[in-house]
Order: sequence, then structure tokens, then C-alpha cells
Amino acid sequence: MSDASFNTSTARAAHRPDEAGFGDYFALLKPRVMSLVVFTALVGLLAAPVPVHPFIGFCAILFIAIGGGASGALNMWWDADIDQVMKRTKKRPIPAGKVEAGEALAVGLGLSGLSVMMLALATNVFAGAFLAFTIFFYVVVYTMWLKRTTPQNIVIGGAAGAFPPVIGWIAATGDMSVEPWLMFALTFMWTPPHFWALALFMRSDYDDAGVPMLTVTHGRRATRVHILVYTILLALLALGTAFSDIGGPVYLAVALVLNALFLLGALRIWRRDEADSEADNFKTERNFFKLSLLYLFLHFGAILAEALLRPYGLGGWG
Amino acid sequence: MSLRQTHELHQRRFGRNLGVALTLAAFIVIIFGLTVVKVTRGDFEPPQASTGGQG
Repeated sequence: MSDASFNTSTARAAHRPDEAGFGDYFALLKPRVMSLVVFTALVGLLAAPVPVHPFIGFCAILFIAIGGGASGALNMWWDADIDQVMKRTKKRPIPAGKVEAGEALAVGLGLSGLSVMMLALATNVFAGAFLAFTIFFYVVVYTMWLKRTTPQNIVIGGAAGAFPPVIGWIAATGDMSVEPWLMFALTFMWTPPHFWALALFMRSDYDDAGVPMLTVTHGRRATRVHILVYTILLALLALGTAFSDIGGPVYLAVALVLNALFLLGALRIWRRDEADSEADNFKTERNFFKLSLLYLFLHFGAILAEALLRPYGLGGWG
Repeated sequence: MSLRQTHELHQRRFGRNLGVALTLAAFIVIIFGLTVVKVTRGDFEPPQASTGGQG
């Protein structure tokens, strides 16, 4: 490169004081969401009754995580306009001016193709195809279509976040059965109360962005009722899973404690009105949201524990 | 003595280039590892590789 062209490019870049570093591109992949994808996919892979070579298992989880990250980048590309408005998202790389929307699109498409192809090569074509479907569901069905049109956005969109354990299972077995769909249902039913609690205390965010969250379209009272109803259904599902092939005594003990606490939290949210919540700055809703993170982590942790104990004759119901 | 002053921008670009280089190196290691695992497990052996050739 000549000095002249070097100086020109430096001068041009200096006009963008926030030119992206590597970490900004990594942030496009939503690393925190990715950690949930990695963990639930890992549980799906290890709970499957087929042994997987450790290196192939590692690659499968890595490519599922990259696929999840790619859909996060595509979500940020499409949602750049509303991310700019919401307090929770305005520091993301595109609204912060560090990465251009077109770059996020390129990163998202490139990594989508790479992750699907590599997962198919490392494990089986069915797993790769299912990862492709998951990316399509999250980006097209949820982000582009449902998110801005229906208050049930979170309910249906939650499916996208619930697919990773199914992909992990398929990567191990090359086949489908009921157990991964129980793990899917657990995340699917957990997502609405988790996000609606967030919507209750991040109150102006979704209003400002014009996203039809349940809090905006049906009111905050209806949201509290919905949280309670979904939590009751979730508790029934979570306890029922204890008696399936992926459950066992460890899982049952964990599920009993967590679902009792979660139901109690949902009941408290249901009994409160806006004045109560304003008075303590949504303390109950915030605690419920924090508990929801622990809830999912420990349920999947218990499924993993059952799977790891099984070779020693301890996991499951014997 | 350096002929050119190093701008903070150059450091950030170096970080970005290093990140891309390490990612590509990791990708090569993964492809190599997958190849070794799949070949040693016999994933790519044709069904009748062990039988002798017939005229």
C-alpha cells in the first residue's frame, strides 16, 4: 500500500472515531444469548443415549453456538432502528455507530452458511438442516415477521431459542424422539414469563420502540395474569418431565424446589398492582426475572446430572 | 525512531487483524481435527475396502 493510500484510509477512518474492534464484531453474536444456546445444546447432546466422540461433540456445540450467534447478528441488522430507541439495546454495536448494518448482515449470512455446513459435515445432514431451520425461524419468522406485528411475538419467537437442545440431540443420534422435545417445551414455556417480567420493569422501552409487547397491547394487568398462567403450565410440564427418560430423582428434587419458588414469584406479580410496583421500583418483577435465569439453568443442569450419573447406574428411575 | 506516529486507531486495527488471524488458525485446527477423527474412525471407508480387488 502506498503512503498516499494509507494516509487517505487512515484519515477516512479517523472520521469514524468508533471504528470497530474485534470485540465489536463478537458483540454482534449476542454472547450472553450464545451462552444459553451452548449450555442447552450441550445438555441435549449429552442426554442423548448415543455416545459422541468428544471432539465431534465439541465441534457440534461450537457450530450450533456460531449459528445462534449468526442469527443474533442478523437480528441486530434488521432491528437496528428499534435498538437505537430502546435503553436496553442502544449500546449494541450498530446503534453505537461502531459497526455498519451492512457489515452485520455480511457477518450474519457468512456465519450462518458456515455453521450449517460445518455442523452437517461434523455430525449429520439432519442436524445441519435443523440448525438452518432454527436460524430461519429466528430471523425471518420472529425478527422480521412476528416481533413487530403480534403481542404473541415472544411466545412463538421463544421457539427459536428452544431449538438448541433438539439440535444437540439430533447431532448425537441423527434421529428424533420425544425427550428433546420435552427440553424444547421447557424453554418454550419458560420464555414468555421470563420476557414479560422484563417488559414489566423495562416499561418505556418497548412502548418507545413501538414493539407490540403484551404490556403495550393488552395492558399491564393482562401481562401479570399471562405470567401466572404460563408459570402454572410450565410447572406442570417441568414436573411431568421428571418422570420421562431424561428425568430422575435429582431432577425431580430440583424441579420441586424451583417450581415452588417460581410459582410463588408469579403469584406475587399477579397480586400486585402498578402502584405497588412503582413503590419499590419493580422489586418483585426484577427478582422473578433473576430467578427465571436460575430456573432454566438448574433444570437443564439437573437433566445433565441425570445423564452423567446414568453410566454409574444412578441416573434416571433405574 | 518510528517514521510514523502510531495512532490509537492502528492499535485497534491490529487487534482486529489479530482476532481474524486467530479465528482462521482455530478454524484450520478444527478442520484438521475433524479430518483426523473421521478418518481414524473409518467414516470414509468404502463398504468393501477390506476385500481384495476382483478382476
